[in-house]
Amino acid sequence: MTSQISTLETPIPMRRVHGWKRARRFVLPVAGLAVIVFFISPYVVMLFDALRPAGEVLATPPTFLPKVWTGQAFTQVLGDPSFQNWFKTSIIVAVSSTVIVILVAIPAAYFTALFRFRGRMAFLALVVITQMFAPTALVVGIYREFYDLNLVNTYTSLILTDAAFNIAFALWILQSFFAAIPKDVEEAASIDGCGRVRSLFQIMLPLTLPGIVTAVTFTFISAWNEYVVALTLIQDDSRKPLTVGINSYVTAYQQNWSQMFAASLIAIVPAVILFALIEKHLVGGMTAGAIK
Amino acid sequence: MRRNVGTASLRESLLWLGPALVLIFGIVIYPAVTLVRTSFGTYSITGRLKGDAGIQNYVNFLTSPDLGRVIGNTALWVVAVVLVTIVISLGLAQFLSKEFAGRRYVRWAVIVPWAAALVMSSQLFKLMYDYYHGIINEVLLKLGIISSPVDWLGNSSFTMFSMIVVGIFVSLPFTTYLLVAGLSAIPTDIYEAARIDGARAWQVYRRITLPLLRPAILIGVVLNMIYVFNSFPIIWILNGSNPGFGNDTMITYMYKLAFKSGQHDVGMAAAAGVFNVLFILVAVGIYMRFANWREGVQS
Repeated sequence: MTSQISTLETPIPMRRVHGWKRARRFVLPVAGLAVIVFFISPYVVMLFDALRPAGEVLATPPTFLPKVWTGQAFTQVLGDPSFQNWFKTSIIVAVSSTVIVILVAIPAAYFTALFRFRGRMAFLALVVITQMFAPTALVVGIYREFYDLNLVNTYTSLILTDAAFNIAFALWILQSFFAAIPKDVEEAASIDGCGRVRSLFQIMLPLTLPGIVTAVTFTFISAWNEYVVALTLIQDDSRKPLTVGINSYVTAYQQNWSQMFAASLIAIVPAVILFALIEKHLVGGMTAGAIK
Repeated sequence: MRRNVGTASLRESLLWLGPALVLIFGIVIYPAVTLVRTSFGTYSITGRLKGDAGIQNYVNFLTSPDLGRVIGNTALWVVAVVLVTIVISLGLAQFLSKEFAGRRYVRWAVIVPWAAALVMSSQLFKLMYDYYHGIINEVLLKLGIISSPVDWLGNSSFTMFSMIVVGIFVSLPFTTYLLVAGLSAIPTDIYEAARIDGARAWQVYRRITLPLLRPAILIGVVLNMIYVFNSFPIIWILNGSNPGFGNDTMITYMYKLAFKSGQHDVGMAAAAGVFNVLFILVAVGIYMRFANWREGVQS
């Protein structure tokens, strides 16, 4: 497709077409490099600020490259008991909500992909609505609910919220994988006397493994990055997740940007790598089956 | 593509969907109901229910002197971020659909602002915008674009602009990926036919690519409207040191009313929240129409 577009750009004088063909071989990569710089450069600033002494971040005028390179901020953050607690919260919350999402979404996706039943469209519509309602708009209601349940300041409140709001993505992804399994595979399973549950576990699940990996990764990252619910529900410093905790490195009383950015990078780098792994499936899960 | 392996009874359906339904009703629907209930109550500063407020919270919200400003901010924030994001993403998506050496690395780079926690990116931009220590002033001064440093976040004529720039930056990845998916769904033989007819590149783009990309663009617009409207961390962090509601959107205004302002008016915040929920519901309705959602899910 792309080569056809390029020949279209100057269709008449053939020599110019060849000129562009030769030129695009390095024009496009150079433009690509510019795009990379555009998206990465803020995070390079973050990295360089994390790699200089705390005082140097507050120099006027600032410099792009550190004058003194030091890994101090990283060692300080890793040795900081508060950071360790926030990290622990983030891991516990992200892992638990991911496990819940998978356990809940697999049967729902399998069932909606392969069976017709009353209320199927209503259920799927409910899922879309859930997906569009980031917890932000509902945060006052969420706070009231957990306040009444006496669950403010608990991991449980965060785990349940992250799980509920991420069912949708997992469901769309898994559903598309279940629906793509050839019919013969299911029929063979049922001829062999597999019940629905056994056929799901022994035959279908192995075939949907890429979908499960995508759903796991996406849920983990969105729970890992969740901010507003944790900001609202967790006041106890030791139970804050990283997204909320790191902000206390820069307050009216202390301005420890290098530590904040070191802590941020420890959270961001794994998320970026995981996200890159599921890149191909992201759009499908976020558009609720609207774009194939 | 989908076929019926079978039909199922209501009891069996509930068994398979039950856990998902419990979570969705417990953590999404129930808080929505609670939100509405809260909007009709009065609450103490610590959050204890004191009594019935009738429609007083709505009256307070709708007659609040800050409301006009907040609605204006929200409209500007959503329209500017979504519009510019779509335009830039159209170009980026076109670019990323071409094949060239190193394209994979470009795609990975585009992902970074998407995968990074929004709070962390917001804190990063807060420092980069800083009047004294920020790299943005330094670069613009060196390039001669500005002659004296700008207080990007503190000077209220720049605050919204500065936040919109960050909003666009973090909205580009998803939108670009969405449009790349839309572009890849356009059949290539159409381009072939256009080439035989001798169409020029811009003509092909306007007459063929754009119309066929329209569904994807519409989905991008509506989804981004919802995401950008819901967006919290950017405004919360970048506008964090400014007093009052001068640069707040409906979402951060509601949040401040409930949890931060001196009054801690949970009831009035809930009334604001009800309007936010209604706005999103309308947008979701539009989405489901535009996306031909029923067909998509059933095909």
